[in-house]
Amino acid sequence: MAQPLVVKKDDDLDEEEYYSPFLGIEKGAVLQEARVFHDPQLDARRCCQVITKLLYLLNQGDTFTKVEATEVFFATTKLFQSKDAGLRRMVYLMIKELSPSADEVIIVTSSLMKDMNSKTDMYRANAIRVLCRIIDSTLLTQIERYLKQAIVDKNPVVASAALVSGIYLLQTSPEVVKRWSNEVQEAVQSRAALVQFHALALLHQIRQNDRLAVSKLVTSLTRGSVRSPLAQCLLIRYTSQVIRESSVSQGGDRPFFDFLESCLRNKAEMVILEAARAITELNGVTSRELTPAITVLQLFLSSSKPVLRFAAVRTLNKVASTHPLAVTNCNIDMESLISDQNRSIATLAITTLLKTGNESSVDRLMKQMTNFMSDIADEFKIVVVEAIRSLCLKFPLKYRSLMNFLSNILREEGGFEYKKAIVDSIIILIRDIPDAKESGLFHLCEFIEDCEFTYLSTQILHFLGNEGPKTADPSKYIRYIYNRVILENATVRASAVSTLAKFGALVDSLKPRIFVLLRRCLFDGDDEVRDRATLYLKLLGGEATVGDTEKDVNEFLFGSLDVPLVNLETSLRNYEPSDVPFDISSVPKETKSQPLTEKKSIGKKQTGPVSAVNGPVPTVDTSYERLLSSIPEFADFGKLFKSSAPVELTEAETEYSVNVVKHIYDGHVVLQYNCTNTIPEQLLEQVVVFVDASEAEEFSEVASKPLESLPFDSPGQTFVAFEKPEGVIATGKFSNILKFIVKEVDPSTGEAEDDGVEDEYQLEDLEIVSADYMLNVGVSNFRNAWESMDPESERVDEYGLGVRESLAEAVSAVISILGMQPCEGTDVVPSNSRSHTCLLSGVFIGNVKVLVRLSFGISAPKEVAMKLAVRSDDPEISDKIHEIVANG
Amino acid sequence: MADFSKESCPSVKNILLLDSEGKRVAVKYFSDDWSTNASKLAYEKSVFTKTLKTNARAEAEITLFDGYIVVYKFVHDLHFFVSAGDDENELILASVLNGFSDSVGLLLRGDVEKRTALENLDLILLCIDEIIDGGIILETDANTIAGKVATNAVDGSVPFSEQTISQALATAREHLARSLLK
Repeated sequence: MAQPLVVKKDDDLDEEEYYSPFLGIEKGAVLQEARVFHDPQLDARRCCQVITKLLYLLNQGDTFTKVEATEVFFATTKLFQSKDAGLRRMVYLMIKELSPSADEVIIVTSSLMKDMNSKTDMYRANAIRVLCRIIDSTLLTQIERYLKQAIVDKNPVVASAALVSGIYLLQTSPEVVKRWSNEVQEAVQSRAALVQFHALALLHQIRQNDRLAVSKLVTSLTRGSVRSPLAQCLLIRYTSQVIRESSVSQGGDRPFFDFLESCLRNKAEMVILEAARAITELNGVTSRELTPAITVLQLFLSSSKPVLRFAAVRTLNKVASTHPLAVTNCNIDMESLISDQNRSIATLAITTLLKTGNESSVDRLMKQMTNFMSDIADEFKIVVVEAIRSLCLKFPLKYRSLMNFLSNILREEGGFEYKKAIVDSIIILIRDIPDAKESGLFHLCEFIEDCEFTYLSTQILHFLGNEGPKTADPSKYIRYIYNRVILENATVRASAVSTLAKFGALVDSLKPRIFVLLRRCLFDGDDEVRDRATLYLKLLGGEATVGDTEKDVNEFLFGSLDVPLVNLETSLRNYEPSDVPFDISSVPKETKSQPLTEKKSIGKKQTGPVSAVNGPVPTVDTSYERLLSSIPEFADFGKLFKSSAPVELTEAETEYSVNVVKHIYDGHVVLQYNCTNTIPEQLLEQVVVFVDASEAEEFSEVASKPLESLPFDSPGQTFVAFEKPEGVIATGKFSNILKFIVKEVDPSTGEAEDDGVEDEYQLEDLEIVSADYMLNVGVSNFRNAWESMDPESERVDEYGLGVRESLAEAVSAVISILGMQPCEGTDVVPSNSRSHTCLLSGVFIGNVKVLVRLSFGISAPKEVAMKLAVRSDDPEISDKIHEIVANG
Repeated sequence: MADFSKESCPSVKNILLLDSEGKRVAVKYFSDDWSTNASKLAYEKSVFTKTLKTNARAEAEITLFDGYIVVYKFVHDLHFFVSAGDDENELILASVLNGFSDSVGLLLRGDVEKRTALENLDLILLCIDEIIDGGIILETDANTIAGKVATNAVDGSVPFSEQTISQALATAREHLARSLLK
């Protein structure tokens, strides 16, 4: 490890004309030098130099072995004997860098605690920061008293040190830090700017799970006691969080908007920026609300500081995507930024102009853009490509110059993400602008002739297979496709074979020639390629068993797979070879992971608020199924229909945390209680949940499976099973009491005492509702699915929902009553709209497919009316859905 | 639930001080985004090369790459960088950067170059320690930072505390003038 360092330094010798104090430094030698720490007469200056050398080594990426680190640590602890202030500071740094283990920490604790109570503020502040970084929660309780005092210390450095340490400790020992609320609250009122900032940050983190408390905090602080710019920025963030979570009363003034607006007149630029950005990111912001924010940002555009210009143009760029008109006022300032020295600013300016500009300026902007595309980073190129795509959709007549631009940059160097953005854009343009099809396909063909990315090649080949046969002269694409079969890797070859087959299926005149090409593929070196070629040859020749008619063949070739690939993969993995063929219809169709990835990408790309966070999608989890069927008591309940998402029955951070999963069978319901014991000093035994079903008349308890023992922090399950009449949507309320025998545990030995005490713990009530009998399974094309259902099964009725807060609130209420999956994003209601149609799909118990079409309307006094149309496989179920809504 | 960084405290992911060849003088990482030394070195290399051609001498410059915002400033043969997540308030980062570079200027008494920085590496490391703790901003005012670090200066000559800030600035200015005349 040390050897290369020396060599490297020697190499540098010629280039570095001056002498570096660390020239030729070597770990072994420095560790030797560290022996001076043991001298009875400490030379502070010399020790300081050695520590600096050690820190230098660590900073350069050198590492110490466990033994070396321990040795250095023990040597360093000796230095507490020295009274030299500078040396003490270096000792602090060294201890933090070494991050000692628990048994080592004990050695320095007393020295650090002494420093924490010293008269020198600088010692106190630093000792607090070091100690809090290295101690564990048991030691923490010993110093808690001092930390609480330090928070309200009159020296701001000491107070800040304690508060910042609190923020850090909150992650590891939340229950301790939460006890400091009063002191932290006092510190928020401090005169020292940074103390205020750190106190506010800590106070918010302590309360962040309590919406009401955060809302109160914001309400009291926005009245003006916060002066430090950093604290102001925090307050703005918290305020916009509160605004986001509170429902906007339509038409009326937004709460706290005045506060945000007043921050635009703050002295500190960072506060102005934070406020302007917060306003632009408000949900459904109006142009009246935007105007003051845009005005201050416009002033920033002509600042002499690049950071300020960048911040302003970046924000305006984002606004331009949703409110282009609001930004047009800044166009002149933007134009001057195109030639900005900072390329990032120039790119953002030009893409903003693309979003706000009119048709006549397109050509001019494109010319300017070609010049600097070569010297900006890929991230920015993607921004440009996306801007061009939306521009093209806005001005379809300009497609020719825009398509040319895209094809030019497609030919240049670039990474995968960038190329993918271009290819995606071209594909979207081909789809939406019929005139652009021929040239677009041609550009794509050119691209795959020399494309290094397998993913893109296959994507383009697939697209070509769908679009190519429908063009005027399909034969001209064959050459490009067949070239892939000759030149590329197996994955690309296989997809080229599929594409050829699609041409063969749709274009009769090409069929004989396609046959020739496919036959050649039978000699390919790769299994998949040969398999595909064989399959398609049979298929096109009419010999395969897929179907008799040409329609079936096309359906097979072009139809999309209607099950998510992830689910298909798990099902195939679980399938055991037997006489029963694999049944694709048994694959669950809900997309479990989809909302997650979507959310992630939204979170990453736009920093704005993410509306309507989807709840966890309940699903028939195979792990549940396996778990339940392994319990003999439940084995004869039949096939598990649905498992709900866990419902919390305790408040967060109580002694025992319990949540419940409802498993629904045709004639039974199993409640699975997941229990966690959060008290280290206790062992629970014979844990069982006593369920009172007196308010759920149709249910009768048939079995209960207690949990033998529940040690600290290792979750366990106990089950209670109920019988219910089959085919009835039985609903009801259950009250739950957790009963158990508690035994004390000696924390040092981990052994439990022999005698236990019976105890019980009240849990929250649980309800089984009609939505529990509905699986929220989506359909990819609602209209097709709707039309394929029997119109006879349709039941329509109208309902008055009374006065509602907003249309969106009414829509989400009905969705949650039904427990169905919203399709095609129709669960999102655009703000200010007076009517809305929502499409839902699901599978009702007994495997009955149900589709629902909801039409909402809202009148001026917020009176909401709803028309509900249901189609299902079974007309009786359609009636039941109406019953559910009528009773809900 | 969803913990958007927007709603939390402003945080810094790393502070870098590199020389004119992109080599480390002093660096400090506060984020798990870079778990190995190799990934840290790779990040430093790409930050350095991407910013090399820009002129960040008079005013702090800024760029966006790999999902990070980087504000930076060059003084003599030293390159100062502060990185954070891409939704961070740019001006807060700029204030951290200015606090860093100005306090180093004060501590090195205007002699901001690699040689002096290495000779006073202890001061530089303490300086970083006083600016950010675990990603959270501790202090951004250059005078305060330098004051906190220098009260402990082991340097035997003139203790920094005895030199007033205006004197320090005067020395700094003088040095700057000299280096311009060279």
